[in-house]
Amino acid sequence: MKRTRQPGISRRATLALMGAGAVTIAAPWVARAQAKTIKIGMPTILSGRVAQLGTSSRNAVLLEVEKVNAAGGLAGRQIEMVIRDSKGQPQEAARIARELVNTDGCEMLFDGEASSGSFAVHEVARDLGVLCIHTCSEASSLTADPKQHIPNAFRCVRQGIHDSIVGGSYAAAIAKTKGLKKWATCSPDYAYGRDTTGEFSLYLKRFAPDVEIISESWPKLFQPDYTEVVTKILQAKPQALYTCLWGGDLTSYIDQANIYALFTQMEVFAVNMADYTALTVVKNLPKGIHSGNRYIKTFPKTPENAAWGDAYRAKYNEYPTNWSWQNATAVMLLTEAVKKANSTDGKKVAEALRGLTIKCPFGADGTVTMRGEDNTLVGYAIGWGTTIPQEPYVPEVKAGDWKTIFELEAEWKKSKGYT
Amino acid sequence: MDIDALAGCLASPACLVTQTTSGLIIGMLLFLVAVGLTLIFGVLKVVNFSHGAFYMFGAYFAMTAYQLTDSFTLAMLCGAAGTAILGLIFERVFMSRVYGADVLMQLLVCYAFVLIFDDVVRMVWGPEFKSMGMPSAFQVPPLFIAGGVVPPYYLLLIGVALAAAMVLGLGLARTRIGKVIRAAAHNPGMVSALGINTGLLYGGVFALGGMLAGLAGALAAPVRSLTPGMGFSVLIESFIVTVIGGMGSILGALIGALLIGLIRSFGSLGFPLFTEGLMYLFMVIVLVSRPTGLFGKEVA
Repeated sequence: MKRTRQPGISRRATLALMGAGAVTIAAPWVARAQAKTIKIGMPTILSGRVAQLGTSSRNAVLLEVEKVNAAGGLAGRQIEMVIRDSKGQPQEAARIARELVNTDGCEMLFDGEASSGSFAVHEVARDLGVLCIHTCSEASSLTADPKQHIPNAFRCVRQGIHDSIVGGSYAAAIAKTKGLKKWATCSPDYAYGRDTTGEFSLYLKRFAPDVEIISESWPKLFQPDYTEVVTKILQAKPQALYTCLWGGDLTSYIDQANIYALFTQMEVFAVNMADYTALTVVKNLPKGIHSGNRYIKTFPKTPENAAWGDAYRAKYNEYPTNWSWQNATAVMLLTEAVKKANSTDGKKVAEALRGLTIKCPFGADGTVTMRGEDNTLVGYAIGWGTTIPQEPYVPEVKAGDWKTIFELEAEWKKSKGYT
Repeated sequence: MDIDALAGCLASPACLVTQTTSGLIIGMLLFLVAVGLTLIFGVLKVVNFSHGAFYMFGAYFAMTAYQLTDSFTLAMLCGAAGTAILGLIFERVFMSRVYGADVLMQLLVCYAFVLIFDDVVRMVWGPEFKSMGMPSAFQVPPLFIAGGVVPPYYLLLIGVALAAAMVLGLGLARTRIGKVIRAAAHNPGMVSALGINTGLLYGGVFALGGMLAGLAGALAAPVRSLTPGMGFSVLIESFIVTVIGGMGSILGALIGALLIGLIRSFGSLGFPLFTEGLMYLFMVIVLVSRPTGLFGKEVA
């Protein structure tokens, strides 16, 4: 029997119509959902020698963003991070930052670059007017120099000058009690090494005027062998040594200085020692190296800080770095600023960020503040202590005094012609 | 410039001993890398730009072996043997294909492998820096010789490197295989015509060069941090050594490496801001006065 087609609409056509209808109805919903997420772009260093720090920045941001999204997002909008590798090259960082805003539609930027790249990203933020939070660059001039100032850029990072003031006063106190008058320095030969060592010496001599720097060494960045530097310092016979070597350079230096028994012959002040990246790698960590706190979960000694460090470790199977806490703090600050502004508009959020104080596990008194006058982070936990070869690595950290920091920072700014 | 410090050091036996041994250590490690480079160039006429990678692999192999077995000797053997095998495979599979090609092609292949080997290390051992740690046998206070400080580990290091230099020098001069290698450097066509398997010979020389660099990496592992890309800075200095000593000359590599080591150790006292520059300055002087290097032979 021949099947005849029933009059009316066929089943196939019905299905097609229903499908089309579903798409039409759903489409605005999809569009709404896209507008509902807010994209934040982030150039950072995910390959090369500093990759570990960049990765720890990304990890910390994602850890915090997950919490914010679970709690409903920024003013009801879910955060979507767009994180790209700059390979540590300033021009690449600038290109990526621009692309993130112009092509990817990011409404805000986290600048996870080291000092070299952060100035480049800063210029992109100046040009595009997009809200930008620097999360890794410690170079003081980035926010201290009024020429750099733009209303839409903030620095959520510890700062070189703060570290130097605290380090100088801590070292001077020890120099006085132990009678350490002859000092040597040994730092990497590039802008960071030169500046930081210069500022540290300045404040050391200010607090302990009879200190004398009798020997300086400037090994190359990433130099494989420090033997000649180690023996040169031994020849100079200083009573104390300051170094701002960091990462693999610092661990090499310690291994090589160790077999010359350098650490038994002088007090060593290594500002970058107390970071888990270095602490956990050195196999024979000498006892009693003085170091600044980079990130350590026992300073500030609060349950919040310990819990944060452990949560990070549980998720990523390693301890966070100095860059981690700074990036986490950036997400916390941004979240509070959006709440305060009740908007995700960049200009309104920037206005809310200025002078904002939030509760934070990394604050010296449980809070940190985005200082309004120069858009930079203050009130974070900062201090120095001595190392031991096992956890907690730095059992006692002597906290720096923010009142002194503010006074001397103001004086320093004046001397630089910044105010 | 701090000539007083340098003069003061030269007058004091304690300082002289410390700085000389420190120069020897730097020089000896450099020699092990540079001698492989110069050997490969001498026989294969290839500038092995990827030679630093063998130094890197030597260090990583040694670290892994040390972590697994807790034996320093095994760690050193693994570092050397592992890179020898790697060198053999690398030469047979890749380098042997570009011997006839122009220098640019060889450089490109080598440079490609610098990047590939770095990434391999990154994938296997991770991007972060590592430290092997000093074996407990050497965690002892340094020796004091005439008032100068000498760490026992560095004595071992100098001893091993010197032994390697002597075995290599005597081996090349006195043994049959040494003669064949020297003959191949001179006239590979004739060596091949005499029924000697030059492919095997080339692979062997490359493996030997890789092994020496690997040994240097293994010896350096307890005192230097391990990172992907760690071979590169060593490579640059090794090139300076081979240029000073003369491409293809083993004695030249030894003398060149020791000179660079001593320039570094004494230069850092007298010219703290110009130690690196001093090295290059020395190279320029050698090149101007003897373009083939101190022990290089005129190429016909």
